[in-house]
Amino acid sequence: MELLDSFIFISLIKAAVIFAVLMTTLAYLQWVERKVIAHVQVRPGPYRVGPHGLLQPLADVIKLLTKEDLVPPYVNKPLYLLAPFLAMTMALLSISVIPFGPQIQVGPVKTWMQMTDLNIGVLFILAASSMGVYGIALAGWASNNKYALIGGLRSSAQMISYELPMSLAIAAPLLISNTLSLRQLVETQAGGIFNWNILHGPFPQIISFIVFMIAAFAETNRVPFDLPEAENELVAGFHTEYSSMKFASFFMAEYANMITVSAMATLLFLGGWMAPWPVAWGSSLVPTVIFAIAGVTALYHGAHPARKRDKVSLPVFGVIFLIIAGVFLLPVVQSWLLPLFWFVAKTGAILFLFMWVRATLPRFRYDQLMGFTWKFLFPVAMLNLLVTSFLVAWTTK
Amino acid sequence: MDVILFLIFAVVAVVCAINVVVQTHPISSALSLVGVMGSLAVLYLLLGAEFIAAAQVIVYAGAIMVLFVFVIMLLNAGAETKKGRSYLIPGAPLLIVFLGLMAFFVQRIFPDNTMVRFGGFTGGGPKEIGTALFTTYLLPFEVTSILILVAIIGAIVLARKEIE
Repeated sequence: MELLDSFIFISLIKAAVIFAVLMTTLAYLQWVERKVIAHVQVRPGPYRVGPHGLLQPLADVIKLLTKEDLVPPYVNKPLYLLAPFLAMTMALLSISVIPFGPQIQVGPVKTWMQMTDLNIGVLFILAASSMGVYGIALAGWASNNKYALIGGLRSSAQMISYELPMSLAIAAPLLISNTLSLRQLVETQAGGIFNWNILHGPFPQIISFIVFMIAAFAETNRVPFDLPEAENELVAGFHTEYSSMKFASFFMAEYANMITVSAMATLLFLGGWMAPWPVAWGSSLVPTVIFAIAGVTALYHGAHPARKRDKVSLPVFGVIFLIIAGVFLLPVVQSWLLPLFWFVAKTGAILFLFMWVRATLPRFRYDQLMGFTWKFLFPVAMLNLLVTSFLVAWTTK
Repeated sequence: MDVILFLIFAVVAVVCAINVVVQTHPISSALSLVGVMGSLAVLYLLLGAEFIAAAQVIVYAGAIMVLFVFVIMLLNAGAETKKGRSYLIPGAPLLIVFLGLMAFFVQRIFPDNTMVRFGGFTGGGPKEIGTALFTTYLLPFEVTSILILVAIIGAIVLARKEIE
């Protein structure tokens, strides 16, 4: 009992669970991305390893682990080895303050679905992401390669520039919620979609949300702002000289950063784990309906005679989806599964946006990228913050 | 626990600070300075000043030092040439005298019983800092911001190329 209640024990368990889930998500996010982009471009995507390429992430991990770990002789060795470690650590650090759901009861222990709640949680994430720049900048410099150096320089310039509109966009919803703790931030947005910061308050934060999303794309070096790794100009940008697991660390850091900014957007603007409308109007049935539709669709396509390859896999998925749909109806698990569902659904929708944009949009030119943030995004974010703070001051007694 | 953490990060801060001077390559010096900033942030955190700790990392380690590293990388500055250790002969005794004087004056101005203890300070949250800045210290705060604005305008004027 003593052991179960101790802070260190609970924290260790939570850290282990979050780490395991995060690593699996990172691996499968890449599969999802390849599939989404493939279907946008009318091709099947990964299809060979396992049903629908589902074992592809496993194959990729094995490939990356067993590749030769090459350290070129002309690099600055300590910094070259430090860079991927730094990028990865800073990317994973932010996850520790992100709340996934409300307080839950596991046996005798009551705990929050969050590693730890800091009363400066938002600032902590900003600090971790600003330190993440070093990983990329140092990788570019220490590689002693002109393409890597240009990639590293582009990346650090871009991240410093977009951090400003991003911070301003974050400040506006914080004014409305009047807290820096991510948990309290979500709690102020309880009670339906019109209480979410994107639609709520003296000044709805739609502009702020759009500015945040644009800056988030640039912060994570994603299309259309992926100039640091523009392959037709820079080979592979800052990670040109990296191989094996060191390359994989940069790759994982990029995806972990994507998850962090998506979760941040969810927490700041979209009400975190709160359902969009009250349970009285049936919000608790939404996951069941979605999974049931998915299950029935999979069963229907599996039974279709034209799809011979899928006549085992699709029915199996259909049954799994139907079971999940049933699980969401059990009152025992609803108290923690429903908030988790809403959090994952919102974050997942934003992650899907990242992939959708990658499959659709071309890349910016470098001067356009810089002109856009300094001459357009920054003034817009500033104006939005001014209007919001004026209206918040006006309406609060 | 507090004391152990303090000792660890104090030692890290001092070692990094010495490393800033000892290293010959500008990038290594800049990174050691980042180490100093980071360990200072942890020390602030230990004292209960969360906001200062976060601001330290965001502003100094995350923004200013990134710009330093950026400029060093852009100019591709090489390692300095070593000039021997002759500066140590007058330098080391002077340093010891300086540190002794510092310790003496700090002790005189802040006697033992007025010092902040670990965990004994709770006014370091964003709310308390904001209240203090906008009530008690409003005038110095506003004067500082105007000073910074003047410096920014000056930097832009100096950096701009003359257009004929």
